[in-house]
Amino acid sequence: MSGISSEAFVLGLSALAAGFVMFVGIAVGFGQTQATGKAVESIARQPEAKGDIFQTLIVGLAMAETSVIFALIISILLVVVNPLVGML
Amino acid sequence: MEESESMEIGPRVILWFDEEFPIKWLRGVEINESAFFAILVGIAMVIFAIVSTRKMKRDPKGIQGVAEAIVESIYNLVKSNMGVERLMFAPLIGTLFIFLAFSSAIGLFGFRAVTADMNATFAMSIMIFFVIQGAGIRKKGIGGYLHGFIEPYPFMFPIKFMEEFTLPISLAFRLFGNIFAGVFIIELIMEGLHWVSESLVHLPIPIFQTILPLPLNMFFDIFEPFLQAFVFSMLSMAFIVKGMSKH
Repeated sequence: MSGISSEAFVLGLSALAAGFVMFVGIAVGFGQTQATGKAVESIARQPEAKGDIFQTLIVGLAMAETSVIFALIISILLVVVNPLVGML
Repeated sequence: MEESESMEIGPRVILWFDEEFPIKWLRGVEINESAFFAILVGIAMVIFAIVSTRKMKRDPKGIQGVAEAIVESIYNLVKSNMGVERLMFAPLIGTLFIFLAFSSAIGLFGFRAVTADMNATFAMSIMIFFVIQGAGIRKKGIGGYLHGFIEPYPFMFPIKFMEEFTLPISLAFRLFGNIFAGVFIIELIMEGLHWVSESLVHLPIPIFQTILPLPLNMFFDIFEPFLQAFVFSMLSMAFIVKGMSKH
């Protein structure tokens, strides 16, 4: 550990954290497949309501997408802006 | 947004008036990309509105038909989501939708999307916040509006109060995050392709940047702006209705 400067240590941990943050994609992907599957089921049951179901599905998917987008912003900030290095 | 040494991720200042500028009150003013292209999109919308309604006929043709189709579909959307009695919000929602969609899709022309700036999205969502509160006060009266905060039980007041203020924050961050992520990913891909075409071809011709990023552009500059503008206007409609309804 003696050869590593504290700045390099913080940079490496920031990169690791940026990777870990994106694990939220697992949950979001699971949720989105569930929602899409249910939507396909309901379209198969009631094909005449396809427009309404599709609209609701898109809005719901965008809402679910939000959390992974937040994670992406956090990881972009961690990698590009490096706010933690400035705190040293 | 802080700036870093390696990569610029905020909007650049593209227009500034120095101390020798003839108009006195404009001296020292700096205009960045976001403000410039927001004004440009606004002017384009006004020009389209004027041109499409200049020589109106009974049976619409050409540009008038396009304008009528847009207006009619927006009115139908508002009618099905807010009800006929709240149709007065249709112009607001329609303008919001068109402005957000086109100011995010401006990346198609190689410019920086307006909504990839947090100031723009917060401006929109704070406006929606005031519309929600104003519509609620107008519908229920000031007493009924204040009573809505302690509606089921008085101890829920902090939660209800917080709820009102978290809404514009989440609206703004959702739009900003989606568009900014798209801008950033496209920039990264472009940089990578630039490196590939420089190291493989050894010519200053951007061969790989021409066709390859087109699917990405289609997703991030056409599909995503319209989807996010749609989500933004759907959520504002839903919350305006919720703010106006009695429990």
